[in-house]
Amino acid sequence: MEIKKAAMAGTLESSDAQVTVEPGNGTIELSIKSSVIHQFGKQIKAAVLETLDRLEVTDAKVTVVDKGALDCTLKARVECAVYRSNDIVENLPWGGVIK
Amino acid sequence: MSHPNKKRLRRSMMFLNCQKPGLIKDPYIYKPDSIMLDLEDAVAENQKDAARYSLYHALREIDYQGVERVVRINGLDTPHWKEDIRVCVAGGADTIRIAKTESAKDVRTVEEHVLAAEKEFGRPEGSTLLMAALESCKGVLHALEICESSDRLIGIALSGGDYTKDLQTVITGTGVELQGARQQMIIAARAAGVQCWDTVFTNLDAMDVFEEEVKMIKMMGFDGKSLVNPRQIDIVHKIFTPTQKEIIFAEKVVREIDEKKALGIGVFTVDGKMIDIAFYDGAKRTIALAKASGVYEGDL
Repeated sequence: MEIKKAAMAGTLESSDAQVTVEPGNGTIELSIKSSVIHQFGKQIKAAVLETLDRLEVTDAKVTVVDKGALDCTLKARVECAVYRSNDIVENLPWGGVIK
Repeated sequence: MSHPNKKRLRRSMMFLNCQKPGLIKDPYIYKPDSIMLDLEDAVAENQKDAARYSLYHALREIDYQGVERVVRINGLDTPHWKEDIRVCVAGGADTIRIAKTESAKDVRTVEEHVLAAEKEFGRPEGSTLLMAALESCKGVLHALEICESSDRLIGIALSGGDYTKDLQTVITGTGVELQGARQQMIIAARAAGVQCWDTVFTNLDAMDVFEEEVKMIKMMGFDGKSLVNPRQIDIVHKIFTPTQKEIIFAEKVVREIDEKKALGIGVFTVDGKMIDIAFYDGAKRTIALAKASGVYEGDL
């Protein structure tokens, strides 16, 4: 999927993550801020990259501010931001690329 | 054949806002009978989409440890309900709570879309149950036709906030404004053989009033109550679970009726109380509720 415009999903509340996607410069540029970066940084990065890969996003600037989100929340926030950047809110591929 | 979970124990049905990951990640620790993951009123209008992604992954990835997963979808007068149904079914929700139900037609409309979603996502047809929230005078007056509208329908729930608004009054804390709706709904539910749940109680500083309200709705015949806070769960369970005294009496009634029937005796006394066949179903129900609540140790 193409990132057509900047879009954000999530909050800075505990157990959540705020994910921003913006049109990129030909590659994935990922920035992660998290209070648990030393313990879970690799896991957060893997969850975000895996989700972007599933959605076939290859060109984006992605910023994640993590507040202790579970993997399922990270996935949900990345997916939401990507689909928001395309203005898609209906007929989503549940169980397809969203899984 | 009726769905095996259609009549499961539903004393406590706790609302959780799908917009808040912190709320939906582990509510099973409080051991409610059901959680109601909310896509409707608790979710801000511009976050309806975000709540669905959270719901989908929660349903697919969190082990709720046997707690029933109900999802409250947005009303049929909104642009959201069709996608709500798709995500509920794709995620494998146990039950969908239909907001603002006013007629049997509303339930059937949802049922059609649920069936289409079950086909689309490869889920067994008929596996998704429905419950209807009655939130208006029209909905309450149509309680019986709503209760009889679908084989998937497990029951009806009163939504007191919207209902009292429609009635042009407010929640007073006395229950007087809800009397008619409660009575009408429980009668309709029993006539149709489905369950019935009372509205939420939102004043968390008045737990004594909450407890009195739970006792009252239990006496009226309700199966349970919609809840807004984990602190309310134990109170509801305590009141809705038969006491050992009630269980022992129910056992005696069942045994005595079975025994006396064989001897051709129709009416007799148990612990000084007159008993006849009319008490049989009630005693059986007490034992069934004790079993479902995990407190029955007998062999009936």
